[in-house]
Amino acid sequence: MLHATGVTKRIGGRVVLDRVDLDVVPGEAVALMGPNGAGKSTLLRALAWLSPPSSGQVTVGETRLPAASPGARSQMGVLLHHTFLYESLTGLENLVLHARLHGVADPKRAAGQWLERVGLTLFAHEPSRTYSRGMQQRLAIARTLIHRPKVLLLDEPYTGLDLDGEELLSGLIRQFRDGGGSVLMVTHDLETGAAVSDRFIVLVRGRVSGEMAAGAVSRAGLEELYRQGRAKP
Amino acid sequence: MMVGAKSPSASRVFHASRRSRAPGTFWTAAMAPAMLTALYAIFVYAPDERVMGAVQKVFYFHVASAWNGILAFLVMFIASVGYLLSRRPGWDELAFASAEVGEVFTTVTLLTGPLWGKVAWNIWWDWDPRLTTTLVLWTVYGVYLVARHYAGTEVTPGQGDGQDASRAAVQAAVIGIIGFADIPILLMSIKWWRSVHPVLLQGAKMNIAPPMAWTLGISVAAFTLLYVGLLGLRLRLERARREVRRLLAAGLAGKGVGR
Amino acid sequence: MKYLAGLLTITWKDITAEFRTKEMSTSMGIFALLVMVVFGFALRPGAEETVAVFPGFAWIGFFFAGLLGLSRSFVSEKMNGAMTGLMLAPVDRSVIYFGKVAGNLLFMFVVEAVSFPLYIVLFDVPAPQRPGSLALVAFLGTLGFVAVGTFLAALAANTRTSELLLPILLFPLAVPLVIAVVSMTRAALTGDFTDTASWWRMLVVYDAVFLVVPWLLFEYLLES
Ligand SMILES: Nc1ncnc2c1ncn2[C@@H]1O[C@H](COP(=O)(O)OP(=O)(O)O)[C@@H](O)[C@H]1O
Ligand SMILES: [Mg+2]
Repeated sequence: MLHATGVTKRIGGRVVLDRVDLDVVPGEAVALMGPNGAGKSTLLRALAWLSPPSSGQVTVGETRLPAASPGARSQMGVLLHHTFLYESLTGLENLVLHARLHGVADPKRAAGQWLERVGLTLFAHEPSRTYSRGMQQRLAIARTLIHRPKVLLLDEPYTGLDLDGEELLSGLIRQFRDGGGSVLMVTHDLETGAAVSDRFIVLVRGRVSGEMAAGAVSRAGLEELYRQGRAKP
Repeated sequence: MMVGAKSPSASRVFHASRRSRAPGTFWTAAMAPAMLTALYAIFVYAPDERVMGAVQKVFYFHVASAWNGILAFLVMFIASVGYLLSRRPGWDELAFASAEVGEVFTTVTLLTGPLWGKVAWNIWWDWDPRLTTTLVLWTVYGVYLVARHYAGTEVTPGQGDGQDASRAAVQAAVIGIIGFADIPILLMSIKWWRSVHPVLLQGAKMNIAPPMAWTLGISVAAFTLLYVGLLGLRLRLERARREVRRLLAAGLAGKGVGR
Repeated sequence: MKYLAGLLTITWKDITAEFRTKEMSTSMGIFALLVMVVFGFALRPGAEETVAVFPGFAWIGFFFAGLLGLSRSFVSEKMNGAMTGLMLAPVDRSVIYFGKVAGNLLFMFVVEAVSFPLYIVLFDVPAPQRPGSLALVAFLGTLGFVAVGTFLAALAANTRTSELLLPILLFPLAVPLVIAVVSMTRAALTGDFTDTASWWRMLVVYDAVFLVVPWLLFEYLLES
């Protein structure tokens, strides 16, 4: 579903991603871990073709990027560090905007339904600037899913969420995966990562240092992979 | 500014880049005799103009600079397009170098024009299409250079504020192209707009006496050599700068900074 | 069809946000008026020389007010990385540019429609002889200004000093437009259209060039 080979990204002469290969099949959720500055966010932006890789290939579903990228973009749901929200638009309007841009049928209804799913119906008509960070994150999650993507790219999606919110997001991710979607999620939390994903990939210094099955993951194992990644020339 | 003569490694980089394909030593050497010949032709060979006298000689500098200002602009435009399509830093450096040299020539054009105009028209400046176009050309060059400065051509490793060299180069190329788009529109207007500026070429016939025409030809040729020579020097400096940046980045990476 | 729908969605978004905050239209409107008040002190209303320079001053007022709006145009896109959100939409990215152009065009028209009659009154200038032509000139002039200005605003928004960069980028490029639009406005006000064919041509060519070039280049501005 999501397939990347040899993804390399140079920024200002520095290699930030070094020949990353990656494969996420339908119905699979993968957690991406790694130390700060390892290149996880850069990888997600490269896969979404927001900051195209210097070399390498990315395929989403059947389409190779960027040749048919508008088509491929409709299959991707992307949640990065930023919420992408317009502060003077209400929660509902923010969702309607993205539903319309993605050509969702009956955008208003879809927006209303998603507001309800993320528990924001009461605040539907408040400008999003009045939302707390956690509420903004909920709205951003709804925005990511409203056009029924097939691939989810999530960068630390639990940021700012309360306990209910974490529960809600984990539920949505599991449901998405069980519905045949592919998930690639950056996380720093072992427990939540293990709870929703099938596999862990560890990125260190822009390179894939190793991977583990979710059942076999442990703190010590991760630290070993971090160390191995740093030791490579 | 990064290449200081005091720093041995920096000067080594500068001299190493001399061996690159930039038009360097040959053109630099050709510049001096060419300029001397032009000066001889202007001040000794060419006759004084009947009405204006010696002041008219500023015309040779004026026309030669104006031509190179436009040539440099065209090179900047082509190099900008080349950069956007190929993403080779060489194109970006060519655009930058050409804009800088072109701005100097256009400045000379704008300074010499009024000297002539004051004598010929008894005014320093007129909002004539050619004069206006040249002034716009000068401001577009200026904007391009200022914008380049703002866009920031240097990377600060470890600071993900998005100001990296390739992005600055893309922005500069975009400005180079959209700035260029303005000039044909203005030039088009010259045909429609009543002009006081003399026209040099009418059909295939030159509007001046033969010795003057020869002198003008020599001046234009010499100034064009000067343009290419300065461009080569400037390109060499840019390449040295890129090399220094690369070494800096590699050095920092080696020490594990920003990783 | 999808293209137009996307474009209108972007415009709808800008108008909705503007209706809520009224930030842009009020500050642009007030600014357009203040410019005229200042000019009013500098010139003698009703005097012959005032009538002669009036078209130029009117457009300086509009363009300065427009600049104010344009400089805020991409602020909401910068916040929360909203531009990235738009870039993820499965439509050609020039949709973002044309959608913003349409919104900015509308804001500027509103400001012009309100302030132009006031300008006429404040300067005691005879009413336009050819209002239809005047409207067409205003449309073409504003379109050209917004087309190049929106593009440059997007460019400047990606630099460290966007507020400084936009005016110095925009005004040199607007020179041909200013020359043509001021001459045409004078013609429409007095009804004397002799020798104006070339200015019409220049206005149309300018608009065309500065809609096509940004359309080709807009995607490059969004890169990072
Ligand atoms: N726009 C940029 N300019 C310069 N360096 C950058 C830029 N974006 C990312 N980097 C560098 O790339 C590396 C990886 O960053 P990132 O992908 O954000 O790491 P993380 O794994 O923490 O998400 C960092 O060292 C960062 O400094
Ligand atoms: Mg990150």
